[in-house]
Amino acid sequence: MRLSFTVNGRQCEADDVWEGESLLYVLRERLGLPGSKNACEQGECGSCTVYLDGVPACACLVAAGQAAGREVGTVEGLAEGDGLGAVQESFVEAGAVQCGFCTPGLLVATDDLVNRVPHPSDAEIRESLAGNLCRCTGYEKIMDAVRLAADRRASSEASRSGKTDA
Amino acid sequence: MDFLRPTSWRDALEAKAHHPDATPIAGGTDVMVEINFDHRRPTSLLDLTGIDELASWSEHGGKLRIGAGLPYTRLIDELGDRLPGLAIAARTVGSPQIRNRGTLGGNLASASPAGDGHPPLLASGAEVEVESVRGTRLLPVEEFFTGVKRHALASDELISAVHIAPATGAQQFSKIGTRNAMVIAVCTFAIALHPERQRVGTGLGSAAPTPLRAIEAEEFLSGELADSGQWDSPRPLDDSVVRQFGDLVARAASPIDDVRSTADYRTHALGVMARRTLGWVWDEYRNHPSSTGRPECA
Ligand SMILES: Cc1cc2nc3c(=O)[nH]c(=O)nc-3n(C[C@H](O)[C@H](O)[C@H](O)COP(=O)(O)OP(=O)(O)OC[C@H]3O[C@@H](n4cnc5c(N)ncnc54)[C@H](O)[C@@H]3O)c2cc1C
Ligand code: FES
Ligand code: FES
Repeated sequence: MRLSFTVNGRQCEADDVWEGESLLYVLRERLGLPGSKNACEQGECGSCTVYLDGVPACACLVAAGQAAGREVGTVEGLAEGDGLGAVQESFVEAGAVQCGFCTPGLLVATDDLVNRVPHPSDAEIRESLAGNLCRCTGYEKIMDAVRLAADRRASSEASRSGKTDA
Repeated sequence: MDFLRPTSWRDALEAKAHHPDATPIAGGTDVMVEINFDHRRPTSLLDLTGIDELASWSEHGGKLRIGAGLPYTRLIDELGDRLPGLAIAARTVGSPQIRNRGTLGGNLASASPAGDGHPPLLASGAEVEVESVRGTRLLPVEEFFTGVKRHALASDELISAVHIAPATGAQQFSKIGTRNAMVIAVCTFAIALHPERQRVGTGLGSAAPTPLRAIEAEEFLSGELADSGQWDSPRPLDDSVVRQFGDLVARAASPIDDVRSTADYRTHALGVMARRTLGWVWDEYRNHPSSTGRPECA
């Protein structure tokens, strides 16, 4: 079947999509967006996390046809122009990336958290990232990265609202 | 493979009537795992996520009607205060990503003995609304499960909703697993106090081929509480009552040995969970006899 949907704000079409294949397969193999990773294909690791209509989901568990007409946001969409976005920057600075396989999923999950919760507690961070496995870092640096991303988000919000007030 | 994508409930029922072997797919968190691993090759998929009304809930005649396609995250956010037991259970399902997609309808239709949604539905006396082009049936949730991964749906039927009364007393849910996220339960226990009916409801998971109530335990405790006038003037429970309740819950179970645990451990753990959760709900009831079961610190 032919699949049309929006990816990172761009209208996309994929042809000859098999109805039973996952959104993850479509993104990686048909649209050339390999940012979302395929590790378990059973919802356990979170490395394939994408936004589906603004809500984080495991792309490996979304049937291709279910994405028709929907908006998908991938890790590629978190970049700002040719540079890194703020959440990505925080992961680099905090040293939260080792092999990097878990990173794309963690970035989407973190982006969602810092958008929803202005000052997440450590417990909230752990809970929000409970569906993302990392086999390298031991998570401490990831926690640092999320705290950094949240602080930056909060201060950029503050300066933005400061400007409107002035 | 066909991919059917109805946008109205009526069309979905007609599609299921014309393609009785079509596999419904809601959140896909069970179906896609099976397809990805080639454990299932449906001839056609019937996508239910294009039907907005299936992902909504409403209130009629003092009962909540939860659409089969309402994801756990929304159930927790929008109904957690009125259905505290179900919300506690829903919070233990998988991970945020899984809860954003997974639904009660999918949990019911998978009919796993370990489905976390089932025990609180049993404890609250919920009913499953199933529908086909032939009409609608309302099944008590315990009649919905007919065996391991088997249920009472006919091949042309879909689950439309779950009917459940908002909590009138304290409710709890307890789950044993190896970590706090992403675990299939070793076993689970749900309890709900129904002060208006002077009844106690229970639900056990991973304790038998199907989720089940511990009916003798419910009878015993409801009787004890009524006989001693405890619903009107609640006092601390006698140890012997708590122990007997735990023993009767454990006795209702007929678990198996499997990769996650042994039957002996499950039986033991169910008794412990029953005693503990009874302690929690009773404390809450003694402190706020008229509360809706809303956890104080949530
Ligand atoms: C990583 C991971 C962790 C998980 N953790 C848990 C957990 O902790 N606890 C737990 O209970 N479950 C867990 N699950 C299983 C699953 O998430 C739940 O059973 C969930 O409720 C399924 O809902 P769904 O909408 O995704 O179902 P789907 O996968 O879409 O469907 C499941 C079944 O129900 C049928 N179906 C769906 N909707 C309907 C309907 N309206 N009418 C008729 N049939 C229908 C489908 O045909 C299929 O047979 C987990 C799954 C994964 C992948
Ligand atoms: S690849 Fe999707 S969760 Fe692991
Ligand atoms: S950095 Fe290697 S899995 Fe997380």
